Amino acid sequence: MVLDNTGVVEIEEGIKVVPGANSIITTIDKVVNWSRLSSIWPMTFGLACCAIEMMTAGSAHYDLDRFGIIFRGSPRQSDVLIIAGTVTKKMAPVLRRVYDQMPEPRYVMAMGSCACSGGVFNTYSTVQGGDAFLPVDVYVPGCPPRPEALMDGFLRLQDKIRKEYFRWSRFR
Amino acid sequence: MEPLQIADKIKEKFPEAVVSASEYRGQAAVVLKKESILGVAGWLHDEPDMSMDLLKDLCGVDYFGKKEPRFEVVYHLYSIKHRHMIRLKAQVPEDDPKIQSVMPVWKGADWHERECFDMFGIEFEGHPDLRRVLLPEDWEGHPLRKDYPLEGPGPDKEWPAYKEVLDKAKRFKEFEWNR
Repeated sequence: MVLDNTGVVEIEEGIKVVPGANSIITTIDKVVNWSRLSSIWPMTFGLACCAIEMMTAGSAHYDLDRFGIIFRGSPRQSDVLIIAGTVTKKMAPVLRRVYDQMPEPRYVMAMGSCACSGGVFNTYSTVQGGDAFLPVDVYVPGCPPRPEALMDGFLRLQDKIRKEYFRWSRFR
Repeated sequence: MEPLQIADKIKEKFPEAVVSASEYRGQAAVVLKKESILGVAGWLHDEPDMSMDLLKDLCGVDYFGKKEPRFEVVYHLYSIKHRHMIRLKAQVPEDDPKIQSVMPVWKGADWHERECFDMFGIEFEGHPDLRRVLLPEDWEGHPLRKDYPLEGPGPDKEWPAYKEVLDKAKRFKEFEWNR
């Protein structure tokens, strides 16, 4: 806590409180990033066995809701696309369409070895990693990753969003 | 009925159709000429002592470079009434990969035969709707053939719809924020 001669209290780096006035002074970046990272809404979209683990992570036992992570049924309301499972070439156009329907800002998480690199399926029908046609932000390895690993992936995505700078306007 | 007894009965009834019969760990397999498959299948289904009313599985095998003729279509049959089973193998040559469909005998052969056609390129004559069942309809080649490259035919011969997705990803990249 730092008190300067204006009476404003800096409670954290870049965030100041005016005592008695019930006001906070900070940058728009911080407010926008804070609100974004507190309500990451993923798209309900499962591809293979990783989807089972994703559903478990969303259930009451692991409870993703406490991070503000609520699965949405429509890409129009989603912020994150979790590539949960093996991406086949036949499924790739569908996955790309779901991503294209999501509004900005949007993020992509690759969940499991298959979505990260193709995994053991180095075959004619499998895409060798979701990053072949989607900009992946966070890679969660594992086969399948435990719900804790997926949660860690979300925390890392939160860290990434927290560090964003000037990503709230096209007019920069 | 014991598996080998069934095999003997088939041999008795269709002496010119059976190439060989063998037993391994209590399971009998009868290798047949492909022309006779519909007759043998129909007889096994209708004969009261056999009544093979369940087609458990139908699949293809590729013996590329190991055996002639190259392909085999394998039928796993089971009788719910008598609780016995038999395996039929029909030989299909490479230069004429065609065999009669067993759809008139077992309706359930529909998707199995489509999958076999999809993966091995074996045509089932008399099948009402012989399309690919797993791969996209405009896919080239039959991937479970042993001479099909495991990792695909390479980037220039990529499946067109997937190529389109890759192109799209490249084109749309400039519209992303902070990229």
